[in-house]
Amino acid sequence: MRLNKIVKGMVVAAPMLILAACGSTSTTDADYQSSEQVTPTDSTVQTGSLKKAVSPEELQRLKLAALRKAHIVYFDFDTSAVSNEFAALLEGHAAYLRANPSTALVIEGHADERGTPEYNIALGERRAQAVSRYLESLGVNAGQIELVSYGEEKPLDSSRTEASFSKNRRAVLVY
Amino acid sequence: MKLITRITIIFISLFTLSAQAALDIVITEGVDTARPVAIVPFQWQGTGPAPSNISQVVAADLRRSGRFSPIAAFSMPAQPSVATEVEYDKWAELGVEAILVGTIKPYPGGRFVVGFELIDVVRGQLSGPKAKMLSDGNLVASNAHILDSRETVITAQEFRQYGHRISDIVYEKLTGDRGAFRTKIAYVLVNAKNKYTHRLMIADYDGQNEIEILRSKEPLMSPSWSPDGTKLAYASFENQRQQIFIQDIYTQKRTKVSAFRGINSAPRWSHDGKKLALVLSKDGNPDIYILDVATKQLIRATRNRAIDTEPSWSLDDNSLVFTSERGGKPQIYRVNLISGKINRLTFDGEMNLGGSITPNNEQLVLVNRTRGKYHIAKQNLKTGNLQVLTKTRLDESPSIAPNGSMVIYGTMHRGKQVLALVSIDGRFKARLPVANGEVRAPAWSPYIY
Repeated sequence: MRLNKIVKGMVVAAPMLILAACGSTSTTDADYQSSEQVTPTDSTVQTGSLKKAVSPEELQRLKLAALRKAHIVYFDFDTSAVSNEFAALLEGHAAYLRANPSTALVIEGHADERGTPEYNIALGERRAQAVSRYLESLGVNAGQIELVSYGEEKPLDSSRTEASFSKNRRAVLVY
Repeated sequence: MKLITRITIIFISLFTLSAQAALDIVITEGVDTARPVAIVPFQWQGTGPAPSNISQVVAADLRRSGRFSPIAAFSMPAQPSVATEVEYDKWAELGVEAILVGTIKPYPGGRFVVGFELIDVVRGQLSGPKAKMLSDGNLVASNAHILDSRETVITAQEFRQYGHRISDIVYEKLTGDRGAFRTKIAYVLVNAKNKYTHRLMIADYDGQNEIEILRSKEPLMSPSWSPDGTKLAYASFENQRQQIFIQDIYTQKRTKVSAFRGINSAPRWSHDGKKLALVLSKDGNPDIYILDVATKQLIRATRNRAIDTEPSWSLDDNSLVFTSERGGKPQIYRVNLISGKINRLTFDGEMNLGGSITPNNEQLVLVNRTRGKYHIAKQNLKTGNLQVLTKTRLDESPSIAPNGSMVIYGTMHRGKQVLALVSIDGRFKARLPVANGEVRAPAWSPYIY
């Protein structure tokens, strides 16, 4: 039992800062939980196993990989309002950026192919700004964020169906 | 029945004409309203095979203008090569208004002499080729039925270009308006499968002689011609942010002219060639600015919390039309650059965007959204009357021919972005499909010659 506590303490303490702010589940969370496991047996002795501790830097990289997987905010037609469904996603990014103030983020704004290319450039920028403001309201330093609008020039899906339009109206967070 | 036959003939001849073209023009609507003319195959007076079928270039030009319907060569009653050979009654019977006849002769130095006569059938029929008129007290042969007649020495490489020249002359003589057959179009070709996904291209207005002037792995947008036709301004994302460049299309010299934080977009050259109107968001949100190309001096033209974009110059360069969301949805406004006064121009439909003024200063060509559909439309600047010109899908980026006769724009066809043409009266429509990739952002050149 004591051994177990030590293991837990060692693994948890170091990356605490990074993980503390993140409420959502991610692959790195799963990794750290597995290090607590102790093999239960019926014999008179029990063995405990140490899982190789992951250095803080590696955890940061894992965390970044997780953030890179959930990095797109989608928008309704002709709007730039950030929907509540992306609150957790953006909180995750905000926590990471707060913990790593030297990390720079580019927010790409995109639009669907309806309307004119120039209007869509403006709309894309407005979406990127909306996400930027959201992150800033969560304590991220504005100096870490750069915006670029691609308008309708880089669609994720160019089939020009209703479904593809909704995939293309997006802001993408790029590290 | 007669009409159907004629349309079929036109389709067949069009396909054979432009089989090698990168951009095949397919006429989709409007041939029945065009005026019948006869472009007789020019007579080759040398030995061996004819060096060029120049009359096909002329016939295709006139057909694509939407205003003429050249009759097929096989339905011509005869194939005269000079005006004196023309039997007017036979042509008048077919309803032909004008005949173009010509000859091609060898000339020393591997060159050729191309001669042609443009003949008015009605006048020729009334007065006859032997009609006389009084000149200095003497009766001389009247040439009133010959609208134009020229002879020019050209090289073998110049046949196509000289064909467009003849088309310009025929068009101007028969309509009173200047022809735009020797103009070019710039456009962006996008193919996600290529290493260089975006390519800036220039071609003759009919899609021939396509030349790549820039390739990039990042988006290229909004080419705009300098009024002398030597340079293009455009937006490029080559540095992972939007910036505006000017490129000389002859020397390849490129100059970065705008690289502010945020949007650097929608460059449009003033008619005097000295200024670029553009859109910058460096001060918070997109507004219209004017850049003096020589001095780099920047003047802010609009100041509003809403989106202002798509500037386009008035003919006198004293005002700009632009798209603004200041009233809620995007509509077109005009800013007087001297007084600073701004007034709203469009009110019909849910949105109006991307406006530009026709060369006769009468119409505003724009993208109109009504019931969720985006179409090219024109609005009379005096009466405010709006007329939708197209029926295609997701229409955008209209660009007007320098003579104001046609609009080229981007649209969808079979899931692909293509270019299409519509005449300014909306009666004639044609499509320019491309095999490899999507075509965006067409810009019609000014007169080059």
